[in-house]
Amino acid sequence: MSISFLLLIVAIIGVAGYLIGSWRANALAGGKLSSLHSRPGYYGSYVAVWSMLPAVVVLLVWIVASPIYISSTVRAGFPEEVKATSQAEQNLGYNMISAIARGLRVLAPEEREAIFKDGSTARTVLAGKGVPLAADPAPYMLTSADSLNRMSQASSTFLAIVVVLTALAGAVFSYRVIAPKFRARNRVEGVMLVGLIAASSIAILTTVGIVASMLTEAVHFFNRVPAWEFFFGTVWDPRFAAAGSTDSSGQFGLIPLLAGTLYIGFVAMLVAVPVGLFAAIYMSEYASRHVRSVAKPLLEVLAGIPTIVYGFFALVTVGPFLRDLSAQLSGLVTGDYSNFIQAQSVLTAGFVMGIMLIPYVSSLSDDIITAVPRALRDGSLGLGATRSETIKRVILPAALPGIVGALLMTASRAVGETMIVVLAAGVAARIQINPFEPMTTVTVKIVSQLTGDLEFTSPQTLVAFALGITLFVITLCLNIYALYIVRKYREQYE
Amino acid sequence: MNIMSEAAVEKALDKKMNDISYKMIGKDVSVYYGDKRALYDVNLNVRENTVTALIGPSGCGKSTFLRTLNRMNDTIEGCRVTGRITLDTDDIYDPNIDVVELRARVGMVFQKPNPFPKSIYENVAYGPRIHGLAKAKADMDGIVESSLQKAGLWNEVKDRLHEGGTGLSGGQQQRLCIARAVAVSPEVILMDEPCSALDPIATAKVEELIHELRANFTIVIVTHSMQQAARVSQRTAMFHLGNLVEENDTDKMFTNPDDQRTQDYIMGRFG
Repeated sequence: MSISFLLLIVAIIGVAGYLIGSWRANALAGGKLSSLHSRPGYYGSYVAVWSMLPAVVVLLVWIVASPIYISSTVRAGFPEEVKATSQAEQNLGYNMISAIARGLRVLAPEEREAIFKDGSTARTVLAGKGVPLAADPAPYMLTSADSLNRMSQASSTFLAIVVVLTALAGAVFSYRVIAPKFRARNRVEGVMLVGLIAASSIAILTTVGIVASMLTEAVHFFNRVPAWEFFFGTVWDPRFAAAGSTDSSGQFGLIPLLAGTLYIGFVAMLVAVPVGLFAAIYMSEYASRHVRSVAKPLLEVLAGIPTIVYGFFALVTVGPFLRDLSAQLSGLVTGDYSNFIQAQSVLTAGFVMGIMLIPYVSSLSDDIITAVPRALRDGSLGLGATRSETIKRVILPAALPGIVGALLMTASRAVGETMIVVLAAGVAARIQINPFEPMTTVTVKIVSQLTGDLEFTSPQTLVAFALGITLFVITLCLNIYALYIVRKYREQYE
Repeated sequence: MNIMSEAAVEKALDKKMNDISYKMIGKDVSVYYGDKRALYDVNLNVRENTVTALIGPSGCGKSTFLRTLNRMNDTIEGCRVTGRITLDTDDIYDPNIDVVELRARVGMVFQKPNPFPKSIYENVAYGPRIHGLAKAKADMDGIVESSLQKAGLWNEVKDRLHEGGTGLSGGQQQRLCIARAVAVSPEVILMDEPCSALDPIATAKVEELIHELRANFTIVIVTHSMQQAARVSQRTAMFHLGNLVEENDTDKMFTNPDDQRTQDYIMGRFG
């Protein structure tokens, strides 16, 4: 019996439980609903919850536990000489057995017998059924596969019986509990509450899990490379080619990457902050309702463009354009048509990232400026201030803390941005101040350290986790500080 | 403030009132918010150095009329004003009139105290600064001090001029807003229910202040309180459903009004 069919049966029992439960509550009330503690629907829901929840839990536990149990039983049945081999080989053998088992299930009885008589035909016959095998199966594998099949068959039958019985038992139990004074609503709402809490804790627990896994890997890295060499080193030379060999200690200096990250982020903010802020001021203070209702969503569409598309744009349009432009300019001035802006450069990456950040700046600042009370505007206008005086002297100062918060949040995005810099910033890790030359960022190096065939034991790959946790801490600090500022500002008007 | 006994002030003012001079004249003023008409051909004149109270039930158009006097309605989208309003001899809706200059001449105090999130000093100095009224710092100090004195706030705040204006009590904030309006030396001050957010003691102080300001300014005040209108104003105008019902001496208005609707409203039969 398949799992989905089983779930359907449980659901049917649940619905039936709901109907019976409400009917029973109605019957108990005898037309006087006020004599019930809860409305009849809650009694129905209570029965439904009891029918479905325990059954589903049993089902889930079984689905997880039964393969583990079957696997260990099958392995216990391996011949002694197989058991003596390494764990990896046993795993291979077990994988092949499950493949054979899958194949055996679709064979006709006479084909089965043929295979069991002559194991060497198994590979061709099974391949014909769409189950490819890596090698000719050893004789013990066929019997193991057979017993595996028998066990999983038994398991699924047993599972079906247990789940349906659990569902029925839950329904009967909860049905018998129903009484006019029974607090069904509180129970049902309790279950709902637990569900809501579970949903929100999934997000939090995931974050905690990610941080924890990054931390443990980063600790492995710092066991091989001293922390001060990582945080204060000025040379980034991981020596990929030497990875795995004994004297493979590259140099993992964070400073050049951090410098590139901050430089590109700075250029991006130079583009995004004025444009975004002016856009926000126009939207909130000058635009008529019509313009606003069209222009604001359009501006926010920019935020919906995937960053890889921006990276593309930087790579094929902006980069070459700046390169050719610089060649023309230097040709006009010096007569030498050589470009002084590289196609991949801090400027290219920063400029395109700035474009990407405009909607964040404008949308956040717009909300903050609009939140400045109308009374302040009226007060200033009523004194004969012009609109621009009002904006400069009253509204922006009042909104400043919030805007600073918004800019910090935007900056944390700039620091964590990956796709644009991967495509447009270059990979040369160096410390320099010419914006026309390529630099690289923390995120670019994480990508390049992790794309490759290295195993996760060398410092060359583990450094990605150290970089990741550094980046995480930076953006976290920026976000927390931004939230702190924004909260403090909000309190002023409430 | 001039050193003149209160009786002398009253006498001088009453004399002024006898030869009537109108500061602002509204003729056939109508206001539309989009398709909705809020005022119907209102003809109302505002006398110089007089407190004119605008009364009437909620939604009757008294605040709307007040806001037409310094074109604050311009800031509301879809608002349209027809008719003619003059300040002295200038048509304030003339396209050649600069609305900024108009609002410097016709100041406004709002329903809720709305000090800027700046220091007390900066709040008062805001208007003079944008209009370039003070050249040196000493001039500005003088304007701030005299404005705060006219608003009766000087003694309470003189030691903490550089603290935030939002830290004052509600009544002090409202008097700060009056000082802020006075600092620009307007000719007319419009007040839109200036005491509705204040407690009775703060209200009494503001009312006393309005009484004193009359010597130097022409005041138009919107109020929901009949008692307040009777206490502070010399002229009262009653609005109902966007129409001006009656405009009269306050004393006559509250004892023997010409219009039945005024009588009913003042007696509390509707509104």
